[in-house]
Amino acid sequence: MIWAKEETMSRDEIEALQLERLKETVTRVYKNVAPYRRKMEEAGVKPDDIRTLKDLSILPFVTKQDMRDNYPFGLFAVPKDDLVRIHASSGTTGKPTVVGYTKKDLDVWTECVSRIAAMGGATSKDVAQICFGYGMFTGALGLHFGLENMGAALVPSSTGNTEKQIMYMKDFGTTLLVATPSYALRIGEVANQMGIDPAKDLKVKIGLVGSELLTEAMRTEMHKLWGEDMLVTSNYGMSELMGPGVSGECEHLCGMHVNEDFFIPEIINPKTGEVLPPGEKGELVITCIYKEALPLIRYRTKDVTRLIYEPCKCGRTTVRMENLDGRTDDMLKIRGVNVFPSQIEEVLLGIDEIGPHYEIIVTRKNHSDILEIRVELAQAVDAYRKLEALEKKIKQKLRVVLGLDAKIRLESPNTLQRFEGKAQRVKDLRKEV
Amino acid sequence: MFIKQLSVFIENKEGRLQDVLDVLKQEKVSIISLSLADTSEYGLLRLITSDPQAGQKALKEQGFSAMLTDVLAVKLAHQVGKLQEILSYVCKAGLNVEYMYALSNKDNEASIICKISNGDQAAELLKSNEVELYSQDDIMTIFA
Repeated sequence: MIWAKEETMSRDEIEALQLERLKETVTRVYKNVAPYRRKMEEAGVKPDDIRTLKDLSILPFVTKQDMRDNYPFGLFAVPKDDLVRIHASSGTTGKPTVVGYTKKDLDVWTECVSRIAAMGGATSKDVAQICFGYGMFTGALGLHFGLENMGAALVPSSTGNTEKQIMYMKDFGTTLLVATPSYALRIGEVANQMGIDPAKDLKVKIGLVGSELLTEAMRTEMHKLWGEDMLVTSNYGMSELMGPGVSGECEHLCGMHVNEDFFIPEIINPKTGEVLPPGEKGELVITCIYKEALPLIRYRTKDVTRLIYEPCKCGRTTVRMENLDGRTDDMLKIRGVNVFPSQIEEVLLGIDEIGPHYEIIVTRKNHSDILEIRVELAQAVDAYRKLEALEKKIKQKLRVVLGLDAKIRLESPNTLQRFEGKAQRVKDLRKEV
Repeated sequence: MFIKQLSVFIENKEGRLQDVLDVLKQEKVSIISLSLADTSEYGLLRLITSDPQAGQKALKEQGFSAMLTDVLAVKLAHQVGKLQEILSYVCKAGLNVEYMYALSNKDNEASIICKISNGDQAAELLKSNEVELYSQDDIMTIFA
């Protein structure tokens, strides 16, 4: 089901609407947000210089650092009185980034999420269980209001107490699951331990997963646990931009449709900042063109993707962003080689003898990086040569993909850490030199 | 003809062996014989027990990777050259011994546990040479 008529506008119509909203937004932030005005003045740009969508590229970028420098409300374009909600990112390093919403912002957000839920197959008949942690994190409340707006029956079970989550799923007849991919795996695993087969004994047929990368291997793993007929889609967003609702996959699973009447995506070369032609891969930059409280302009997401402008079989005409490879700041540089943890995940999840959980540890010894990967045995083994053969197989597959040798550590089932929110599977223990 | 060996994967970490033994103790599973080699990262603990099925179930529930393996329990006279004699049958038939450890020294016999590459063929071969093999029941009654 296509939720809004804006999702099927012609390219000309979309672009006309984007230009109008972009001009309005730039004029407003120039007037109301001092740090923006300073940045634009430094770049020698005035709001009137924006005449076409291409002119977007003359505007300065905004980064997470700008948000920290202006903590908490320095980049807001409305008086504090107009705010009706404030969220913040976890902020593992330094101050958290703070985001705010006006009443109208919340309505737009809800609209965006309803669209994404519809792309992922949700309808008013669904019983939707939200297993994202509620709180300052935008994921849970974003999905909550979007799905409720759609008419689905909400089960705001949050994270934790996994056995009880499964009991709700069984007793309430939950049909739609919202979770990080790693928590969805964990729930399935605990269900199995309770003697419940999620594919047969539960009615969950839709998985809206997010807040963490969904690799194709992880999607396959989800199907193994939750059933082949489950529609598992990923969706994209970040609190700085709004929360979930920027883009989402439809049933054709060929990239995530961007809500282009609210966001303009660009792809840049992360080193030079230069805008790349359509179809090329680079860092995603997003401009919010229909937000009141925090309309970030040219926000550098650090996510790596490419944009696909061809219309989709589903009937939507909005641009799609390819599912992510990873974030530029998740990328590890090991012995000079760029490694995305998602590449390692794809390899590991393709090997049946080991489970879907893993941990990547990078250390430094004698001026050389050491990549070590901990995995769990999924099948019992009774001979050393089988263990050695398994280690060798994992090593070889990793070498083909990464061009690097890794040390493999086989461990017993259930020894690695499990996650209810965003998984943290990488430990980079190298000291800064 | 075969007996069930309990094979458990354990990381080479402090306390892991004890964890396995704790589980078996809780289940009142008695250990008749075992083998464990020194390796750097992990080891396979091989056990002959009074109740391999119960042991495996309990270990799996506690998150261990445990399985049952068919092995031969060979009865030997406690005499010089007896083991050599048995191995000569195996070698002549072109079979390989994957691993072997002592089961028990009792009265005048020194029985062993062995895993041979082609188990069925090895069992037939030994029987045809009048070598005695213990059954699972024997293990329970004689040794447990």
